Amino acid sequence: MANLKTNFMGLKFKNPIVAASGTFGFGEEFSKIYDLSILGGICSKGLTLAPRSGNKGIRLWETPMGMMNSIGLENPGLDKFISKELPRMKTYDTIIIANLGGHCEEDYFEGIYKLNDSNVDAIELNISCPNVKSGGMAFGIKSSVAYDLVSRVRKICRKPLMVKISPNAENIPDMALACEAAGADAISLINTIQAMAVDIKNKKAVFDNVYAGLSGPCVKPIALRMVHVAAKMVKIPICGLGGIMNANDIIEFVMAGATLVQIGTANFIKPDIAIDILNDLEEFIDTENIKSLDEIRGII
Amino acid sequence: MKVLITPLVKNERISKNIYRLSVEFYSKIKPGQFFMLKTTDNAFLLPRPISVNDVNENLISFLYRIEGEGTKKISSLHENDEIQIFGPLGNGFELENLKGKTAVIGGGIGIAPLLYLCKALGKKADVYLGYRDKENMYIFDEFKSFVNRCIVVTEDGSFGEKGFVTDYVDYENYDTVVTCGPEIMMNKIANNCKAQNIKCYVSLERRMACGIGACLGCTVETKTGNKRACKDGPVFDSEELI
Repeated sequence: MANLKTNFMGLKFKNPIVAASGTFGFGEEFSKIYDLSILGGICSKGLTLAPRSGNKGIRLWETPMGMMNSIGLENPGLDKFISKELPRMKTYDTIIIANLGGHCEEDYFEGIYKLNDSNVDAIELNISCPNVKSGGMAFGIKSSVAYDLVSRVRKICRKPLMVKISPNAENIPDMALACEAAGADAISLINTIQAMAVDIKNKKAVFDNVYAGLSGPCVKPIALRMVHVAAKMVKIPICGLGGIMNANDIIEFVMAGATLVQIGTANFIKPDIAIDILNDLEEFIDTENIKSLDEIRGII
Repeated sequence: MKVLITPLVKNERISKNIYRLSVEFYSKIKPGQFFMLKTTDNAFLLPRPISVNDVNENLISFLYRIEGEGTKKISSLHENDEIQIFGPLGNGFELENLKGKTAVIGGGIGIAPLLYLCKALGKKADVYLGYRDKENMYIFDEFKSFVNRCIVVTEDGSFGEKGFVTDYVDYENYDTVVTCGPEIMMNKIANNCKAQNIKCYVSLERRMACGIGACLGCTVETKTGNKRACKDGPVFDSEELI
């Protein structure tokens, strides 16, 4: 019988499958479709200290084998998350991870204090947000900037801390090392890839912000490379994501070095896809006579 | 609610670029609700939100216009081919809100969900159907037995009245107006209704990824903050919208 139990950041996950931030809301809608306790965990919609109404204009765009989004971190704010969403999420009998973003260091610190006092299981730090103090360049582009932020967050954070790395970082191995050195318990990668779509009829960019985040199967080969590169650099465990659509994709990420994986865009394509993926993953490891994913982790 | 992979009972072209697809379905559906439809291969990733056109016992039909590669792919499916359907989604029309004499006004592909609504309203409504031209007309004749009056308008006058459907509505005759179609048309109707103090409900179309309220891709700005076209809508009281 397949054993998919996974220890990660000191937490016991039933299996390595986690719903990715921004594709699963706060679980409520999906809980009406299937029993969320089958999941290893859920990453919340990206949260900020204050509520945000998100971006104007077109927010979604399909591409060959992928999609782009420019939601703009629309979310109810941390207080409402903690009072309204989190208590319900905690009834799902799975690990609940709060995805936290910010636009200056103080935003992050205050957010961490609030989450410290909540019963969330872990924090995923979104460092792809633009830093207003450095002209809008995201925290996750330069390793030194990310190191400063993560190390300060680490000092105050009492929850297991996973840093979500952006594929737009200048240097992925340096970034992975910086996060590890700053005290992250784990890293997750990749966030969406900054991309662009053009509306040729109206002679303008599709998105009001011009650039938007690309996800889906088209990014998987890039995500695999980045997970592989990071896994060779750091000792902390890695949560891999980027275009995972089926159990074989998970095996690929595990072989590239991931301990946990996240399913994102696939949740849109078939809302109960996690059930299929989990069944297929169990079947795969039974058929291949694998006792634990540890046997194949990072073998490449 | 479950994601179903089900064989197509029919998928036929009924007008220039418009197709009617039917599948068996065994749960209750409200007029104005929609499903997320997708071919079972991953030729196109995101499912397409398509409104329910009609329900006949256990057969539901969807009308869709070929807009891009996704709908084109759906149109290539044959009888008995499998399709992924997920729904019914959205709030739909609340029949008890549609009080008194009701005008149902549709334009283009927005006419599709209004047939099932008119059936449910039971001969109470006057329906106004706006098409570009005769070639692009569809299902106008199916409304006749379910409505009080059916007015057809084509932009070029090639069938019925000539001009825009909005030019032919005598608002003062109605207590409630329901509309689905191009935003410019719905805007005009909502403004006319507001000026004459008539209740107006609009059914909106938006790009969607999940269809259930999780992705926040289909946000609609309202007086009480952002709402989701897929879950809080697609039907809104026009007074709510900005």
